[in-house]
Amino acid sequence: MKLFQKSPWIIHYDGASCNGCDIEVLACLTPRYDVERFGIINTGNPKHADILLITGYINEQSQPVVRTIYEQMPEPKVVVAIGICATSGGIFRECYNTKGGVDSTIPVDVYVPGCAARPESIIDGVVQALAILERKKKEMAARP
Amino acid sequence: MNLTHAILAALLYIVAAPVLAGLLAGVDRIISARMQARIGPPLLQPFYDLFKLFQKERIAVNKTGHFFLLGYLLFTIIAGVEFFIGGDLLIVIFALALGSVFFVLGAFAAGSPYSHIGAERELIQLMASEPMLILSAMGFYVATGSFQVHDIWSRPDLLIVILPGMFAGLVYVLTIKLRKSPFDLATSHHAHQEIVKGITTEFSGPYLAVIELAHWYETILLLGFLYLFFAPWPWLAVLALAAVYFLEILADNTNARLYWQWVLRSSWIFTAVAGAGNLVVLYYLSRGGTP
Ligand code: SF4
Repeated sequence: MKLFQKSPWIIHYDGASCNGCDIEVLACLTPRYDVERFGIINTGNPKHADILLITGYINEQSQPVVRTIYEQMPEPKVVVAIGICATSGGIFRECYNTKGGVDSTIPVDVYVPGCAARPESIIDGVVQALAILERKKKEMAARP
Repeated sequence: MNLTHAILAALLYIVAAPVLAGLLAGVDRIISARMQARIGPPLLQPFYDLFKLFQKERIAVNKTGHFFLLGYLLFTIIAGVEFFIGGDLLIVIFALALGSVFFVLGAFAAGSPYSHIGAERELIQLMASEPMLILSAMGFYVATGSFQVHDIWSRPDLLIVILPGMFAGLVYVLTIKLRKSPFDLATSHHAHQEIVKGITTEFSGPYLAVIELAHWYETILLLGFLYLFFAPWPWLAVLALAAVYFLEILADNTNARLYWQWVLRSSWIFTAVAGAGNLVVLYYLSRGGTP
């Protein structure tokens, strides 16, 4: 059975941004979108999570935090970058403190476009991430 | 109860308790979601979660902690088996407490401050709930003249009639044991951030699954405790347990988390009034010659 597709637990972190995408991520948990229908839980603990949702760009201060969160998550894990900030730096790209998108720091599996990303596209991004999660689990099992 | 029966009952508990408790957790999550105007996850979601956790990578923050977790699972199962083979109620209560202490030790073994605060809070929860559990064993003894679960459940009379305070007290501390608001200090069965999930912070993957499994065994054992009050009338017992569990879900979804001082104070006061009060009345009555 494809268990990882049935029980994806999420941790959400905001690198640095306008918080627009954060609010959209939280909107996914509300009765209107109710992602718990798909078994998705917002854990808030990297050690319990399978999917890292990152909104916002990466700067000098958030870089070590993002790296730590990523490293604390047990395999298999996937990263979803949400919003244009997380994809490339977005409107903050030219700022003096911007390192760039999330992929400047950790490997990203799915990019969700939008400013702000709509809850529908966030859920779509997570669903695409699930397929990758399942693949990574197989690769993990095949490893000696 | 002879040996074959005892072995059968023990095996049945070991196999059926997680299944039952998992389904109960599924129903719990659906009802909670409906109370929040959501659809909620599928009924089997708790099992999907559990099996997924078992497939995750094993990360050892501290191997001693994982050893203690196995102690938690083992002693919770021992308590449950002792109960369901009709054994000694006191051993059940002490084995259950020992299991919880192992859980606390496991959380203390990790270095994280969140884990430590969670462990301390779990100890506070134990202090809050343990007096009522022990008092209830005394209540059963005064009412039936035996600590043996087998003797208690084969009594023809309905114990809820003479032990209503004990029942109320147990339902009160059940909220603590089931990790439901307003008493979910150490960890919660909902998704939460750092401190609210305190005691589980440092455990991931298969180890988190072990915690969940032990909690399921504990849940069924505690419901078994409540069953004793209605033992001669099973249909009434099932109705009462369903009502109690629904009340727990309702309390969970309508209450904010309390300060630990309030949890301790309120449960001790409730234990003193309902539990000890019931015991005093019962003792007085039994001395006067009427049961
Ligand atoms: S993508 Fe747009 S809405 Fe989202 S965090 Fe960046 S600036 Fe805000």
